[in-house]
Amino acid sequence: MKKLINDVNDVVKDSLLGVEAAHPDLVRVDHDNKVVYRLDAPVADKVGIVSGGGSGHEPLHGGFVGYGMLDAACAGEIFTSPVPDQVYAATKLVDGGRGVLHIVKNYTGDVMNFDMAAEMAGADGIRVESVVVDDDVAVQDSLYTAGRRGVGLTVLLEKIVGAAAEEGKDLDYIVALAKRVIANGRSMGLALSGCTVPAAGKPSFELADDEIEIGIGIHGEPGRARRKIGTAAEMAEALVRPILDDLDYRGSETLCFVNGMGATPLIELYIMYDEVAKILAAEGIRVVRSLVGNYITSLDMAGCSVTLLNTDDEMVHLWDAPVATAGLRWGK
Amino acid sequence: MSLDSLAVGAWLKDFADDIHENADYLTDLDREIGDADHGANMDRGMSAVAALDPSDFASAAGYIKKAGMTLVSTVGGASGPLYGTFFLRVGTAWANVHDAASLGAALRAGLDGIIQRGKASVGDKTLVDALSPALDAFDAHAGEGVAAALAAAATAAAAGRDATSALIAHKGRASYLGERSVGHQDPGATSMTMLIEAARRDLS
Repeated sequence: MKKLINDVNDVVKDSLLGVEAAHPDLVRVDHDNKVVYRLDAPVADKVGIVSGGGSGHEPLHGGFVGYGMLDAACAGEIFTSPVPDQVYAATKLVDGGRGVLHIVKNYTGDVMNFDMAAEMAGADGIRVESVVVDDDVAVQDSLYTAGRRGVGLTVLLEKIVGAAAEEGKDLDYIVALAKRVIANGRSMGLALSGCTVPAAGKPSFELADDEIEIGIGIHGEPGRARRKIGTAAEMAEALVRPILDDLDYRGSETLCFVNGMGATPLIELYIMYDEVAKILAAEGIRVVRSLVGNYITSLDMAGCSVTLLNTDDEMVHLWDAPVATAGLRWGK
Repeated sequence: MSLDSLAVGAWLKDFADDIHENADYLTDLDREIGDADHGANMDRGMSAVAALDPSDFASAAGYIKKAGMTLVSTVGGASGPLYGTFFLRVGTAWANVHDAASLGAALRAGLDGIIQRGKASVGDKTLVDALSPALDAFDAHAGEGVAAALAAAATAAAAGRDATSALIAHKGRASYLGERSVGHQDPGATSMTMLIEAARRDLS
C-alpha cells in the first residue's frame, strides 16, 4: 500500500484538519465529533440539511457543506457509518428553528445510526425528518437484500434540497421534494479496480487486466458480476441500459451525471459522457443539465457511475441556484 | 458462579482481547463479502469498553449498559448499533440475573434488541445465526447450571457460525452479492461466537 498519509489510524482526523485549513471561508470543523459545518450555522429560520456517512467518498459529504447545499456533514471512519453521537451533534449545530432534514444513504449501518440520532434529537425537541437515498439499480432483488444502495443520486439530491432550504422552504415541502428526486433518479456503476482501505492495507478485490466488476457500490464491495472490459461505448451501454430498463425516461428532461470513482481521469469520464449522451439521444431522452467529475468516490477505485435524474422545472431551477461549497460552486 | 461486575468485566475484557487478536481475521472475512472493516471497528469499540473499570460501577447492570453505550458511540457501521443494543438490553435485564434461567433471559433480551434494531431473522447470514441457536441451546441446558448451559451455547454458536458459509446473505452489505455470498463465513456471526465463547470461559 502506497498512500499519502501520516498514520493509518489518523486518516479521517488529518483530512478534516486539511478541510478546515483549506476552506476557512466556507466551513468550520467540530473535530471531536468529526462534523464539518457551515461557517454561519445555525442559519436562523432555515431548515437545516444534514448528511454524512463513511469517509472515503470525498468530496461527498464534507465537500458539499456551504451556502445552498448542506449545513453539516458527519464523517464516519472510512466506509463506516458515523455514530449517533456525531449525527446528533451535527443536528444540534444546524437547527435554526425550522427543523432538520437527515439525508441518509441506504446502508444498514447508516440507517440504524441516523435513526438513533434522530431519536436523540427528537427527545431534545428538534423536529427531524429523514429521507433514504436508494438509487442503485445494480441491486435487483431488494426483497432479499438490504435494499438498493444510495450512490450518485445523493450528490444531486443534496444540491437540490439544499437550494430549496436556502430559499426558505419548510421541512414538509423539502421532504416531499427529496422524495420526488429519489423517486426519479437511478444509478449504475462499474469498477476497473478495487480500492484500498488504509487500515486494511490491501485492495478490496482484485481484477485481472481485462476484467471489470459491474454493479459495484461505493465501498469496494464486489458488484453483481465480473466480465471482460469492452470499449467505452460498450461500457456506457452496460451502465445506461439497466437504468432505462428500471425507470421510464422517455420524453423526460434529464440531468445526466457521469461520476468518477476516484482514480479514473476526467479524459475517460468525458469519453464515457459522450457515449452515454449518444445512447440517451437515440432513446429520445433530452439532457437538460449535466455533471461530469469525481463527486462521490470510492477512495482509489478506478471506474465510474452514471446517474440519470428525470427532472421537472423546479428541480432544474434549484439545480441552477447559487451554491458555494468546496466541491460544487457556481452562481454566487 | 459469579455474575458480579468483576466477572462481567473479565468476560468483556476477554472478548476485547479475542477481538484484538483476531481483528485482521475478522476484517479478512469482511473483505470477502462486505467492506473490510469489521475487525477494525470492533477492535476500536471493544478497546474502549476494555478501558472501562468495572469497579467504578455500582452494579454489573450499570457496567454492561455503559459498555453498550460505548459501543454505540465508537464502532459505527451496523455492528455499533447491533452490539450496542445487545449490551444495553442485557444490562437492563441483568438486575434479575441470579441463576442460569435468568442469565438466559437476559441474553435473550439482548437478542430481541438486535432483531428489533436490525430486522434480521435466523438464516439471513448475520450474527443472529450464531446468537439465536446459542441461546436455544443455553435454555435447553439451563437446568444443568450456568457452566453446562454456556458450554452448550458456545458449541451451538460455533456450529451456527460455521453454517453461515452455506447461506445466501439477506441483510447487510453481503446481501448485495446474492449467491456469491455463499461459501464465505459471516464476520458478525464469527465475532458473536467469540463473545459466547468468552462467556463460557469467564462466567461459568
